[in-house]
Amino acid sequence: MLRVFLCVLGRDITLAMRRRTDVLTTLFFFVIVVSLFPLGVGTERETLRILGPGVVWVAALLASMLALERLFAADYDDGTLEQMLLTAQPPALLVLAKVTAHWLLTGLPLVFIAPLIGLQYQLPGEAQWIMMVSLLIGTPVLSLIGAIGAALTLGLRGGGILLSLLILPLYIPVLVYGAGAVTVSMIDLGDTQPYLSLLGAFLLLALTLSPLATGAALRIALE
Amino acid sequence: MKINWFRYSSPATFYTLAGRMIPWFAVIAALLTLAGLYWGFFETPDRLGGSNPQKEYYRIIFLHVPAAWLSMWLYVVLAGWSAVGLVFNTRLSYMMAVATAPTGAIFTFIALWTGSFWGRTSWGTWWDWDPRLTSELILLFLYIGYMALHSAIDDVRRADRSSALLALVGLVCIPIIFWSINCPDPNQCAALHQRSAMDRVDPNILWAMLVTTLGLWAYSFAVVFARARGVILTREAEAQWVRDLIAAEAKA
Repeated sequence: MLRVFLCVLGRDITLAMRRRTDVLTTLFFFVIVVSLFPLGVGTERETLRILGPGVVWVAALLASMLALERLFAADYDDGTLEQMLLTAQPPALLVLAKVTAHWLLTGLPLVFIAPLIGLQYQLPGEAQWIMMVSLLIGTPVLSLIGAIGAALTLGLRGGGILLSLLILPLYIPVLVYGAGAVTVSMIDLGDTQPYLSLLGAFLLLALTLSPLATGAALRIALE
Repeated sequence: MKINWFRYSSPATFYTLAGRMIPWFAVIAALLTLAGLYWGFFETPDRLGGSNPQKEYYRIIFLHVPAAWLSMWLYVVLAGWSAVGLVFNTRLSYMMAVATAPTGAIFTFIALWTGSFWGRTSWGTWWDWDPRLTSELILLFLYIGYMALHSAIDDVRRADRSSALLALVGLVCIPIIFWSINCPDPNQCAALHQRSAMDRVDPNILWAMLVTTLGLWAYSFAVVFARARGVILTREAEAQWVRDLIAAEAKA
């Protein structure tokens, strides 16, 4: 089972590495969106500190969603996905491998670029750590939930816009607690642990349920 | 008396059954809603509460609370029909789910709208990012997502099954919405603008709300049945029984 997982994971990462633009566009989309806000709302230190956590998280949501369209689309178009589902392997396992690859390529880079964004927004050192940790726990949840939407809208006209309509409401809890953790870390006596624990709980829940739902959605889309 | 439930899972038999039930539910809905609203508007105290009393404007709850309850309940119904459809592969379940969604969305919108009116007088603002308002807004997005996905897919079978799955995924939000409104522990609800708890409502007011709720529930039955009949006719347009029906109508 692990061998199948690693095989699909390796394949997806190799494919993405052959076409690096896709990965880099997501990352730069994130950076550009975040950089636009100070230009729009003014560059006062205090304003930026208040806005920072929310803006970073909303940008992370949008970046993750932008990349979701490509999660299954290429494999669906050339028939690979159908062949994968015809194998004896459980669809949830294939989905989990694909989502992991997707997160490694689009979610994890956001975690590492976050401190740079934090500097732009004048966030104190501790808040930057918390931002990295919250993104590290939160972005896999985004990829997992998003995979359900990506599978449901597979091959539809205007799938991208529809995907945002379906998925963004489900992203809200992650946004609230992810941004909340960073905001709280900037308050004296603020305790970030409940926020991070809840994010962890979301991750566990999404990790167990989302691959099953995505697998079912893929079967519906391909039948 | 033994009822064969499976008999009514066929669209053809359900079509006539629903047609016969719609007038009944419509009458019940009109009677109960009018009675509940009369009770709420004229037979309840003009002022509510002790130190910081709410005056006449609190009476919006006789529309607001039933609408909010039904908005959540209809989503559970929608998810329930979706689950039945996915498990038993019955066509009628999907049709019922499709027919339920618009009514639920309308009730969600009414709950938001009346809540906003109440907030204007009570809190002095049309909108506040209170967990209750926010979670109802998420519910509205869920309904809209369901309807958007269903209408975006041309193949009826895939549309039914995909949106049914989406409805089930969205079901995880319902407990959150419910408990954000009926907060079990006041210490954990610091973010709430104002507490609301069922057990502290005056029985007189509570009963008036319940009667209106039953009225609106009956209304949902009537409207959903009517819409389901429309869906059945559209989807079964090629079937013989629909052609017979049209021929009979044309003759009469």
